[in-house]
Amino acid sequence: MNWTWFHRLASPPSFFRFAQRLAPWLGGLGLLLLVACWFGGLVLAPADYQQKDAFRIIYVHVPAAAVSLTLYVAMAVCGAITLIWRMKLAECVLIAIAPVGASFTALALITGMLWGKPMWGAYWVWDARLTAELVLLFLYLGVVGLNGAFDDARAAARACGLLAIVGAVNVPIVHFSVDWWNSLHQGATILKFGKPNISADMAWPLYCGLLGTYLWCAAAVLRRTQNELLLRERGTRWVRELGTELDGAADVS
Amino acid sequence: MSAFVALFARELKLAARAKTEWLMPPLFFVIVVTLFGFGVRPNDPQLAAFAPAILWVGALLAALLSLERLYRSDQEDGTLEQLLVSDTSLTFAVFVKSLAHWLLSGLPLVLLAAPLASMLGLPSAQFAPLVLGLALGTPCLSFIGGFVAALTVGLPRGGALLPVLVLPLIVPVVIFGAGAVRAAGQGLDAGAPLYFLAAILMFTLTVLPWLAAAALRNAFE
Repeated sequence: MNWTWFHRLASPPSFFRFAQRLAPWLGGLGLLLLVACWFGGLVLAPADYQQKDAFRIIYVHVPAAAVSLTLYVAMAVCGAITLIWRMKLAECVLIAIAPVGASFTALALITGMLWGKPMWGAYWVWDARLTAELVLLFLYLGVVGLNGAFDDARAAARACGLLAIVGAVNVPIVHFSVDWWNSLHQGATILKFGKPNISADMAWPLYCGLLGTYLWCAAAVLRRTQNELLLRERGTRWVRELGTELDGAADVS
Repeated sequence: MSAFVALFARELKLAARAKTEWLMPPLFFVIVVTLFGFGVRPNDPQLAAFAPAILWVGALLAALLSLERLYRSDQEDGTLEQLLVSDTSLTFAVFVKSLAHWLLSGLPLVLLAAPLASMLGLPSAQFAPLVLGLALGTPCLSFIGGFVAALTVGLPRGGALLPVLVLPLIVPVVIFGAGAVRAAGQGLDAGAPLYFLAAILMFTLTVLPWLAAAALRNAFE
């Protein structure tokens, strides 16, 4: 198999152009799916027999929580690539993922709390799933903080990679916490073996929401990676050429 | 073996010359626990119920105090660079340093735990799981904390960052450690959480010195 496309993609200028082309599509498609999810979930789907309309927060909560875990795994994988192959691009992706992941973890926690108040009678309970997700937020913020403390961007990314790898121990704990411990949080409904425990007319908006959130996140990470690349490579020729291109375009308009 | 003795003896000698440094964590532990006694109304029976959490969090915070110094002073006087270029494995050196850290600032806390527990009114049946749990849990902190100290060694703002990075990583230690004491309080077997602590300790002993060595090399690149 020919791997030259892969090596070419790893170089900052070609990845920048690749992301420039891809990000609007991912973001646009993601937004479209999210709108479908919101319409399907908030208008078309029937109310739950027990939770009534309050269950509809699932269309924000579940995608945000799923993304928060996936992004952490992606960050740890980038950390491993950073440490083993010293790939500049992986460093930038790692740094780009941390704030996005932290935001979605916070979103999952906040929507979970809003859902918990009417259903459990409390915004917060000291439950395995909730505390593990909170620790995940601290881990994300730790990576952001550690990155900010370094002067040298490359050393920062490698240190963050190490921290991300150690923190990855928490990911299976979050995912399986509802099976391992007696939890107030409900068990796995969709991401499990066998048939999902959700009726089809409630499920399709949720699947749209999941896919839409993933695409939206991918676009956000690509955009942040682009910024990081520009910041790090600001002295190089391709960035200066990009700058003059943009200047030229601004002069014409 | 001679490298082990040399490194370990050096840590002890340095500690013997700076007595206040390793006297601070036990003192801090005593003060924190006493403050809880002042915070509630006199002889509140609730205090005994919260004693496991107070003692565990107090001990971990106290051990955290001396973590920043673990590599900072070695980095300032150039010892760390000597370790990096020497033919002794860096992973091994990190292991020895973390072990010495535990001996100097973890073990005194373990020994202090029982008297402090009786001060808080913890029933004596819970002493054994408390002390045993701390004996397993404080080395975890020395090794996890040693890794984070290695990550932040050259940083000008590392001091404030260190606890923020360490504390989320030691959540499982607190859960199982305080859990063992509570289990004993309810007349249950404290074995299961203690075995979990032992498993976490084995994991940290084997994996983290290796990662800490990688972090130190990164700091000097």
